[in-house]
Amino acid sequence: MYFKQEYLYFLAGISLLVVACYSWLDKHNPRRIATGAFWCFYGVIFLVGDWSEQLLNYFVQDLDQAKSITNFTVGVMVVIMALIAGLGGVRLGKYPTLSVKRRQLNAKKFGIKLFIPALMIPIGTVLGVLLFQNSALSHWFFGEGPHVSTLITLFSMTAGCILGLIIALKMTGDKLSQPFHESRRLLDSIGWAFILPQILATIGLLFNDAGVGRSITQLVTEYLNVDSRLIAVTIYAVGMALLTMVLGNAFASFPIMAAGVGIPILVNQLGGDPAVMAAIGMFSGYCGTLMTPMAANYNLVPAALLNLPDRYRVIKVQIPTALMVLAVNIILLYFFLFI
Amino acid sequence: MEQQLINYWPLVGIVIIIVGFLIRLNPVLVVTIAGVVAGLLANLPLYEVMQKLGSGFLNARNLALILLIPLAVIGLLERHGLREFAQQWIMKIERATVSRLLITYLFIREVTAAIGLTSLGGHAQMVRPLIAPMAEGTAIKHYGSLPDKIRDRILAMAAACDNVGLFFGEDIFVAFGAVIFMQGFLSGFGIHIAPLHIALWGIPTAICAFLIHCLRIIYMDRKLHSRLTQSGGE
Repeated sequence: MYFKQEYLYFLAGISLLVVACYSWLDKHNPRRIATGAFWCFYGVIFLVGDWSEQLLNYFVQDLDQAKSITNFTVGVMVVIMALIAGLGGVRLGKYPTLSVKRRQLNAKKFGIKLFIPALMIPIGTVLGVLLFQNSALSHWFFGEGPHVSTLITLFSMTAGCILGLIIALKMTGDKLSQPFHESRRLLDSIGWAFILPQILATIGLLFNDAGVGRSITQLVTEYLNVDSRLIAVTIYAVGMALLTMVLGNAFASFPIMAAGVGIPILVNQLGGDPAVMAAIGMFSGYCGTLMTPMAANYNLVPAALLNLPDRYRVIKVQIPTALMVLAVNIILLYFFLFI
Repeated sequence: MEQQLINYWPLVGIVIIIVGFLIRLNPVLVVTIAGVVAGLLANLPLYEVMQKLGSGFLNARNLALILLIPLAVIGLLERHGLREFAQQWIMKIERATVSRLLITYLFIREVTAAIGLTSLGGHAQMVRPLIAPMAEGTAIKHYGSLPDKIRDRILAMAAACDNVGLFFGEDIFVAFGAVIFMQGFLSGFGIHIAPLHIALWGIPTAICAFLIHCLRIIYMDRKLHSRLTQSGGE
């Protein structure tokens, strides 16, 4: 019996259900039913796992059927959540906070000790990763497989958070319900942006299945016929950035641009070094990531986390850096690709 | 026959996304509609589109997990004045300026990411509770109270440091997914190169990105200085 990723999802799911209940009880939230439903659906989605498929299998007597029903149901729930979020159903309520004066006093009282639980998160994660990586311990605890390295990171981060939480609760003497109130306060303030990264990842897959990548590759190879080095590297680097802006992820655009321009034109036709093509091409894609709302977890979620009124503020600050780095990439490609 | 032709209709999904973002509709709604439309235009039945939507969403739960789990402890600390304390604490450090603070964070973020420690930063764990309030605090120390616009710009720059440091750091770490991914992809085309070779060619861009972003931070700090000191700061 190994530690499974599902257990971490259960923790998240239960927290979200508690948050949903508090939302329903919050009379100060003008849309408390919708807000609660949003977090409740989300919690249920985290609870879905092998056990629910087994349970369903007991009724339909067909595991594939059970899986497909599960996926379909979750899909419908995602659409409902998108509708709730899109129509402004996730609103702020009232949260049990301390007065500004009390907070100032506590900040003085606890002082530098407030940093300790906060720093448990990164420190715990890093220590956990270093401890488990490539060790017999990880083998014994997590089993084997391609998922293990991600699981180690997630487990270590969760352990760091829980440890930090215990220290914080001991220090402040708050009740056990307080962390859930705090999660709700932060979740509501992030609001719909919270599920956007996940929806975008999903849409990326859907686009892929729908053949969006294939059509772009086709367009690129059919209409671009380049033999000047400068134009070729510019098209490749700018194309990586633009395509990443559209798809939201450089991993999604690299195969398309590499297969469409990088390998046939830069490497095969013009004799470039494939390692340079790959490394700098991916970085050009990252320049696109810095400029697009499609990379919501890097660009829109932070704006929500920092309560910035303009949700595109982070992107706007990043655009000059991204464009300059992109220009540098083109220069680097031009001079180093063909050595 | 007809199957051989490439179906360009799913590209409508991309158009929906671009238009939706430009006219500032709610992104969650825009993206969901675009995905469903692209699926339907690719002749997938609605049941299958929903199924793919569901399985994709389930498989991407990790993205939300890393945001969700830290909220409880961060929120609890904020309740007791973590952000206020971070601000006051940095104000006591004589030499701290907005640019020094942000450049230090950018440097640490990029170098630790380059040796594989990508989890040392993050928007929920580091930027919101610590880096952003500290950046605001140093600005307040030097220039007095800040107009909202300028405050927002400083906070956004703090978030940008996290992104720039992470992106251009992690790609020169050999064991990072992107490097392995590129190597695997190229070997599918019969091009065999060592992951280290790819990682090394990432270094020039990584250094340039660091320098460029540093210059932008310094430029921002200069502008703050000239704008806020003449309008009656300290």
